[in-house]
Amino acid sequence: MTGIGVVAPTGIGREEYWEATRAGGSAIAPITRFDASKYRARLAGQVPDFDPAERLPSHLLPQTDPMTQYALIAAEHALDDAGIIPEQLPEYAAGVVTAAAYGGFEFGQGELQNLWSKGGEYVSAYQSFAWFYAVNTGQISIRHGMRGPGRVIVTEQAGGLDAVAQARRQVRGGTPVVVTGGADSALCPWGWVSQIANGRVSLREEPHRAYLPFSREACGYVPGEGAALLIVEDADSAHARGARRYGEVAGYAATFDPPPGSGRPPGLERAIRMALADAEVTPQEVDVVFADAAGVPDLDAVEAAALRAVFGEREVPVTAPKTGTGRLASAGACLDLVAAFLALRDQVIPPTPNVTRAHVAHPIALVGPEPVSASLQTALVLARGIGGFNAAMVIRRAA
Amino acid sequence: MTVRGPHAHHRVAVTGIGVVAPGAIGTKAFWELLTSGRTATRRISFFDPSPFRSQVAAECDFDPVAEGLTVEQSQRLDRAVQFALVCAREAIADSGLTLGDVDPYRLGVSLGTAVGATMSLDREYCVVSHRGKYWEVDPERAVPHLFDYLVPSSFAAEVAWDVGAEGPVSVISTGCTSGLDAVGHAWELIREGSADVMIAGATDAPISPITVACFDAIKATTTLNDDPEHASRPFDARRDGFVLGEGAAVFVLEEWERARRRGATVYAEIAGFATRCNAYHMTGLRPDGREMAEAIRASLDIARIPTTAIDYINAHGSGTRQNDRHETAAFKASLGDHAYATPVSSIKSMIGHSLGAIGSLEVAACALAITHNVIPPTANWTERDPECDLDYVPVTAREQQTDVVLSVGSGFGGFQSAMVLSDPEWACRD
Amino acid sequence: MEAFTLDDLRALLRECAGEPGGSLDGDHILDTTFAELGYDSLAVMEAAARVRRRYGVVLPEEVTQVESTLRAFVDAVRAQTQAQAV
Repeated sequence: MTGIGVVAPTGIGREEYWEATRAGGSAIAPITRFDASKYRARLAGQVPDFDPAERLPSHLLPQTDPMTQYALIAAEHALDDAGIIPEQLPEYAAGVVTAAAYGGFEFGQGELQNLWSKGGEYVSAYQSFAWFYAVNTGQISIRHGMRGPGRVIVTEQAGGLDAVAQARRQVRGGTPVVVTGGADSALCPWGWVSQIANGRVSLREEPHRAYLPFSREACGYVPGEGAALLIVEDADSAHARGARRYGEVAGYAATFDPPPGSGRPPGLERAIRMALADAEVTPQEVDVVFADAAGVPDLDAVEAAALRAVFGEREVPVTAPKTGTGRLASAGACLDLVAAFLALRDQVIPPTPNVTRAHVAHPIALVGPEPVSASLQTALVLARGIGGFNAAMVIRRAA
Repeated sequence: MTVRGPHAHHRVAVTGIGVVAPGAIGTKAFWELLTSGRTATRRISFFDPSPFRSQVAAECDFDPVAEGLTVEQSQRLDRAVQFALVCAREAIADSGLTLGDVDPYRLGVSLGTAVGATMSLDREYCVVSHRGKYWEVDPERAVPHLFDYLVPSSFAAEVAWDVGAEGPVSVISTGCTSGLDAVGHAWELIREGSADVMIAGATDAPISPITVACFDAIKATTTLNDDPEHASRPFDARRDGFVLGEGAAVFVLEEWERARRRGATVYAEIAGFATRCNAYHMTGLRPDGREMAEAIRASLDIARIPTTAIDYINAHGSGTRQNDRHETAAFKASLGDHAYATPVSSIKSMIGHSLGAIGSLEVAACALAITHNVIPPTANWTERDPECDLDYVPVTAREQQTDVVLSVGSGFGGFQSAMVLSDPEWACRD
Repeated sequence: MEAFTLDDLRALLRECAGEPGGSLDGDHILDTTFAELGYDSLAVMEAAARVRRRYGVVLPEEVTQVESTLRAFVDAVRAQTQAQAV
C-alpha cells in the first residue's frame, strides 16, 4: 500500500483528515446541502464546502455527481502520494477497482426531475453514465490512462474492503499497480429519504449524541459522504522503485450472514478468523481493531461478541474513528483502512469521538474520545454492509 | 488431462443454467428462441413510448407469481431481483445440486447488474416528488424498502438468502460488462479456492422512462420504430443503435472435481477470463478495438488455448455504428486470419441489449452452443457493412462442432471483457 | 429574439462541458472545430440538446459533429431561429 487519497467530512487530503482523526475531531452536524427540516433525521457527515473547479478540470464538472468528484480528487491524491506517474507505466500495468453503494444519486435526482417535470428531451447526455455504479472506475481509468483490469463491487459498507481485496487479487494476477477504494454520497432529498428508509439512521438531534456505537445510548448511525482511495502495488515492484510503503494487506475474508430467523450464527466472527488465517496471524498478534461500529444495539452486540470470541479475555484495543465522520457507505471501510495504516505509521490509535465508554453488555476495550499511543504492528479492520455482508482485513506495518 | 502449471488452480464447471429472457422464460425456451432466429423486440408496452426518440424494446412477459415468487415478493422486490431469484432457482434445479449437501460457508453469490433497481427508483421518485414538481421530496410517501432500491447489493442478498449462501456474496456492477464480469468474479473465487459453488449471473430490468430518455440523449438506441421486430441489426449496414432489453441469466458454477464427483452434467468449463479498461471515453470506443483485443488475448492466455482453437465468438454486437466496427477490429487484431474463419454472432439481434444482464445471457448461449453444437444466428443481418466483414452467421442457426467459445463484452466506462468457455470433454481430447 | 452569437455558444459550451482545450476567449475560435477545442461527441450533443430546449430548434446532424466548426453551429442556430420567426 503505497498511496492514500482522502476526501472526508473531517478533511480533504491525507494529513488534514489524519490530524482531525487523531485529535478526535467530529464533522457530524446539521445538513446544509438541502433543507432537511422536514425529515426525521437531520444530521450528516458532510464533506466541507470546496470549489470543485479548483480541483478538477472544467469539462468533468457538468458530467459528474459529487461522489465522482470526490473519487477523482482522492485518486489523484493517492497517485501523487505514491509517486506514480501512470503514463510512465507499461500499457496495461495499472488497473482500477472501486466499490460503490449508491451511484450518482444527486445527479440522478436532477435528471429524474427534468424527465418528470419537463420531459425526456431535458435529460442530460451525461445521465447515461453519471449515476451508474461503474462510473468511478471508468472516470479514474480515463483520467489517468489506466488500461489494466477494471472492476466495481457493490456490497454496501463492506465494499471498501472487498474492493481492496479484489485489487490484491489483481496484483497477484500480474497487474503491478491498482487504484482502489470507494466513494459515496447521497445527500440530496431523494438520496436522503432512501437512506433513512433503512430504519437504522439515528434520529437524535444533538451531533455529539447521534452516533454512539457500543454505548448505552446507541441509537443508530449518522450517514456521511466522501471518498478514500488507495494505491495497492506488487511488493517487489514497489520496493524496486523505492516507493514509501505504508504497510501491506496481509489477510482478508468475506462472509455473508444467514437468512434472518434461521437461527444460524452471524458471519462476522468467521470472517475475522478466516482473515487472520489468511494473514497467518494469531489473535495475540493483533494490536488494534478498527470496528464496523454499526451503532445499532443488536449489531453492536454481534460485533462485540465476535471480538470477544476471537480475542478472548485479552483486551485488544477497539476503535471507531467513523463516529466523527458518519458511515460513508463504500468509502467508509476504506477510510478506516487509511486510518489504520496511518495509525501503524504514527504508533497511535485514533479515538472514537463522542463515545466515552462501551456498554457493560459489550465486553470490549473501546478506545474513548482520546488517542492512545501504542506499539502497533498489525491491525484488523472490520466492515459490514447492510443486508448481511461481512468483511475483515488484516494489515501489517511496513517493515 | 492438460497439466495446469506449477500453481494449480481449481477448474470451474458450469453445471446449471437459469434464464429469464425476452420471448423466453426458462433455459429451454431461450435456446429454442435463439436457434429459431426469432426476434423478441417490440414496441414498448410498459409505458407510452411516443414522447421518446427510441420506442422499441425487448420486454419479458414475466409473471413473478406464476414463476414461483410470493405475492409479497412480487410487490416488494424490484423486477430485476425477481428475475434473478427465478433464474437462480431454475439453475439450481437444473444442476441437480442438493443445497443441503453444500457447505453454506463455501457457497457464494456473484450477481451482476448495470443499473440496479432503476424501474423501482423511477417509479418511487415520481411518488415522493409529486412527479418531479419539487426538489424537496415527501418522506411520508417513501416506501419502507426504498433503501433496497438505493443499494443494489440488496439483489445479491436476496439471492443469497434464497439459496442459503454464507460464503462470499457480492454485486458486480461494471455497466454493460457486468454480466460477464460477475461470472468472471465467481470464476476467480472458485479458482483461487475461496468457494466451492457460486451462484453467478446477472440481471437488469431497465425499461423505464429514465433509461429510455438517457439513451435518447446520446442517440445510442435505435430509431427504427416502424419496424420493431427488425430494429436490432448488429453488424448489418443499416444498424442505427441498440434495442434496450431486460432479463437475467444465472448459473451454478462448481469446482471441477466436486462436480465430477457428484456426477453432474457439465455444460462447459470456464477456461479463461480477463478485463481491460480502454481509458478512452465514458461512451466512446477507440476504433481499433485495442483493449478488447488485449482482453481477448489475456483470457486465452489464462486458458492456455490458442486463438486457432476458437470455434465461435459470441459478440457484444450491440448494433450501434461504433460498437460493431470496434469489435470487428478487435477480433481481427486478436485472432488475426482466424477471425475470418470464425463464426461471430450477436444474440442481441433477437433479445435486445439488457445492459448488465446481457453478458450472462450470452454466457448461457455459449454454454448451450457448446452442449448442442449449434451456433445461434445474428437475426436481421441482410446487408453487409464494408467495415464489418466477418462471418456473422446471418439469420439461420448453424450446426457445427463447437468446443471452444469466446464471449466478449464492452461497456460505458470503457470496460472490455472476454471469457473463454470450452467443452468439458475438449481438454481431454487435446 | 436576439440572434444567436458566438458568445451564446461560448456560454453554452462552458456550462455543459467546461473548457477542456483551454480558454474559449477570442473570436479566432469561430473557425476551429469542436474537436480541436477538446470537445467530444457528448459535449456537442449536450450543447445541441440545450439549443433545442431553449430555442426550440433542431439542428442538422452535420453541425453537431465534433468535426463541425463553431461557425457552422452558430450559423445553423441562426438560420433555424430565423426560419421559425418567419
